[in-house]
Amino acid sequence: MASERQVHDIRVVMDAQAIDRALTRVAHEILERNKGTRDLALIGIRSRGVYIAERLRAKIRAIEATDIPTGIIDITLYRDDLSRSHQQPEVRGTQISFGIDDKRVVLVDDVLFTGRTIRAALDALIDLGRPRNVQLVVLVDRGHRELPIRPDYVGKNLPTAVDESVQVQLQESDGRDEVVIAPVEED
Amino acid sequence: MPFAHRHLLGLEGLSRDELTFLLDTARSFTEISERDIKKVPTLRGKTVVSLFYEASTRTRASFEIAAKRMSADFVSLTSSTSSATKGETLLDTARNLAAMRPDAIILRHAAAGAPHFLAARLECPIINAGDGAHEHPTQALLDLLTIRERKRRLDGLTIAIVGDILHSRVARSNIFALNTLGASLRLIGPPTLLPPELRAWGETTTSLDEGVRDADVIMMLRIQLERQGKNFFPTVDEYSRYFCLTQRAVAHAKPDVMILHPGPMNRGVEIASDVADGPYSVIMDQVTNGIAVRMAVLYLLANRPKLEAESDTESAAVQDQVPAPAPRLRRRAG
Amino acid sequence: MSETIIRGGTVVDPANGIHGRHDVVVRDGVIAALLRADADDGGAAESIDASGCLVVPGLIDIHVHLREPGYEYKETVESGTRAAVAGGFTSVACMANTNPVNDSAAVTDYIRERAAAAALARVFPIGAVSKGLKGEELAEIGEMQRAGIVAVSDDGMPIMNGGLMRRALEYTSMFGLPVIVHEEERTIAGEGVMNEGTLSLRLGLKGVHAAAEEAMIARDIALLERTGGRLHIAHLSTAGSVDLVRAAKQRGLAVSAEASPHHFSLTEDAVDGYNTNAKMNPPLRTACDVEAVRRGLHDGTIEVIATDHAPHHRDEKEVEFDVAANGIVGLETALPLALRLTEECGIPLATIVAAMTVNPARILRLPHGTLSAGAAADITVIDPARRWTVEAARFKSKSRNTPFEGMQMQGQAVLTMVGGRIVWRADAVGGA
Repeated sequence: MASERQVHDIRVVMDAQAIDRALTRVAHEILERNKGTRDLALIGIRSRGVYIAERLRAKIRAIEATDIPTGIIDITLYRDDLSRSHQQPEVRGTQISFGIDDKRVVLVDDVLFTGRTIRAALDALIDLGRPRNVQLVVLVDRGHRELPIRPDYVGKNLPTAVDESVQVQLQESDGRDEVVIAPVEED
Repeated sequence: MPFAHRHLLGLEGLSRDELTFLLDTARSFTEISERDIKKVPTLRGKTVVSLFYEASTRTRASFEIAAKRMSADFVSLTSSTSSATKGETLLDTARNLAAMRPDAIILRHAAAGAPHFLAARLECPIINAGDGAHEHPTQALLDLLTIRERKRRLDGLTIAIVGDILHSRVARSNIFALNTLGASLRLIGPPTLLPPELRAWGETTTSLDEGVRDADVIMMLRIQLERQGKNFFPTVDEYSRYFCLTQRAVAHAKPDVMILHPGPMNRGVEIASDVADGPYSVIMDQVTNGIAVRMAVLYLLANRPKLEAESDTESAAVQDQVPAPAPRLRRRAG
Repeated sequence: MSETIIRGGTVVDPANGIHGRHDVVVRDGVIAALLRADADDGGAAESIDASGCLVVPGLIDIHVHLREPGYEYKETVESGTRAAVAGGFTSVACMANTNPVNDSAAVTDYIRERAAAAALARVFPIGAVSKGLKGEELAEIGEMQRAGIVAVSDDGMPIMNGGLMRRALEYTSMFGLPVIVHEEERTIAGEGVMNEGTLSLRLGLKGVHAAAEEAMIARDIALLERTGGRLHIAHLSTAGSVDLVRAAKQRGLAVSAEASPHHFSLTEDAVDGYNTNAKMNPPLRTACDVEAVRRGLHDGTIEVIATDHAPHHRDEKEVEFDVAANGIVGLETALPLALRLTEECGIPLATIVAAMTVNPARILRLPHGTLSAGAAADITVIDPARRWTVEAARFKSKSRNTPFEGMQMQGQAVLTMVGGRIVWRADAVGGA
């Protein structure tokens, strides 16, 4: 019944081309709002945020011929749900080889949902230094915020039901570029 | 779940995947100790108790720093402060502590099997910080991490372990793990400290030069001077003549050999001063890695939900983009 | 005149070479006759139905620690003999490592009084070889024999002093008493807490090398050759030890040996996980050693099965392995373990029964262990098919230190009779 995953229940809401266009637009928006690349840094949230950050870096390099410092942040140790879950999330580590003091840090993630991941990322960032400001890029904003967090740049706004699942698939990790919505699988 | 054990009692019996997972997790914690703010909130509100029946400044301090960097509260009990001096048994001490609901107990004890004894009787996770001659898992993990950082792998390496293997818990933990991970071992010492059963764990030899020939790593074990009275070797002088790691002996190993020592060193007994202070020695790295390893172990063990009825089989796959599990969803009607 | 007939059982009386269906007639506490099965008895007697059961002479355990005087919190003569009869034993010989040590008539008398008061199994005290078990000076063996000891032993302690051992063998020959020895060369054994081998290496525990036992056995056999006297080696545990005893017997020496049920049933693997209920002295050994002990029982090198029943309080076992007390209780689990040998190694039933009846009796020169006419009616009825699970909480012994908890056993004493009086009856036994 509800535990069967019917093929017709999965909807593709962004294909490879749509993703690419959205990211190109976002790259331009970042440059516009920050008036260029000075003091800009991209930090991707593990793991798909990292790939998106790398793509933005490449696009910005193509537009402005400048390479922006890009880093990886792992928010596992800052999550607020570790004691509740039976999972044991793997810690793969933060890799930021540059100082973030006084930088305009652009956090990058694939999906914005409750906002708790971003809250954790902000806490992690603060422990690393004092950025001038923090901005947020998400590929998909699916609503249902539980905390007062808002994105600065959005690839696509996607109204969803709470019991749906939004999955971003990327070439680097999943072999193809696609954003799909599916009903949540029964545990 | 990559590491499904409630306790860390030893490295024997851990699979290759589990050991690799422990090392990988520890690796990702090294970064925290290099920052300005050397703290993450992960174990905030958790209480970690260390119960040390044997004196140890470094291991205890290392655990303490690790716990505090995870934002945990740390309570340290040593045998002089604990009620052991009043005749309280290990079991009663542990029961009293357990009633205070710690999130982990770190135990160091002179009796092999003491952590197992507690693990069988208490609810909370037990971390073995050294039980008699049996195991010292976090020490071995930090040794392995240090080696892996430098050599990029563990399997296929030739690793020489020199000294009192018979009485060494550090040696045992390292031997168990290295055999699982596919390293090739040489075990070196006087015959009195090399029982025949050791041959199942590696090549044994009484010749230091032969043992370290072409080795990638040399691990020196402490000689506990109190062994002298028991006829394992006649004098420290005689022991060091044959087994002290000098420049001359090191020359038989590979040119990029790494030298490890669990500390504290007996300079001139196990290891010549110029070797200890020389370029092959990685003793400072071991200390840093020790904290990372202990942070990782605390992270993996002290985070258990209290009400969990040990349903390790019930692990959902790690979901990258979902930070918090939503409340249990109802079936859709129809 | 009181008369009882035990009907329908299979009598196994190795002393008289009997193995078959017989009824046993007991009159006034003494064995009157063995009748052919289904013989007419005149109908006047009280009858016990032993159909499907074995009927054997009351079992004799010549190595038991009753802990009284001095350690009554572990066991007393009363609780120990209660455990004995529940296990099918009608006689036990108890070791001298009490507090005070049994090195005098006074303590021997005390033990015998306690046994008489309990009125369960017969108790034959074993006196110390040396004063206070110190291994230095001979105890007053003659005085103790007048008080009723049946052997001397410093068990618990080895006699490290070879010179003393020699004198003990010489001196006891005047009294016809065997010297029962606990063979453990202490300087070789060191601080060992389990068998020295692969498992002790893995567990990081100090080991007791087999040579600790074998070296001392070799010494004592050499002394025996010179001195006469009678040597009985307690709790044999290694293959090397069995070989030494076999060779000595072949040379015609007056040496006998016993093995405990745990040494022919368990290997050192029982210790894995730091199980203190598998910690004893001598320790459990390897599979090879267990094999050798079994072969020794089969070919008569080891002629006695004795439990080395060693009760310890829970507080002495619920501790770290290094400091846990050595020993396990054995009276209530010995029989099924011994019976198992008939299937597992093809040892004849009569051999097993002899090892628990006539053989120990002969060594201590006790007038028991047989179903001969005129002998005291010490009889054990065994149901060899009865299955039960070991539950230490239900032991009659005060102590619970057994490695067999939860184990399925087959074979149990269903009736134990001492001098014609029934001192133990299992639940749901048929008859009368």
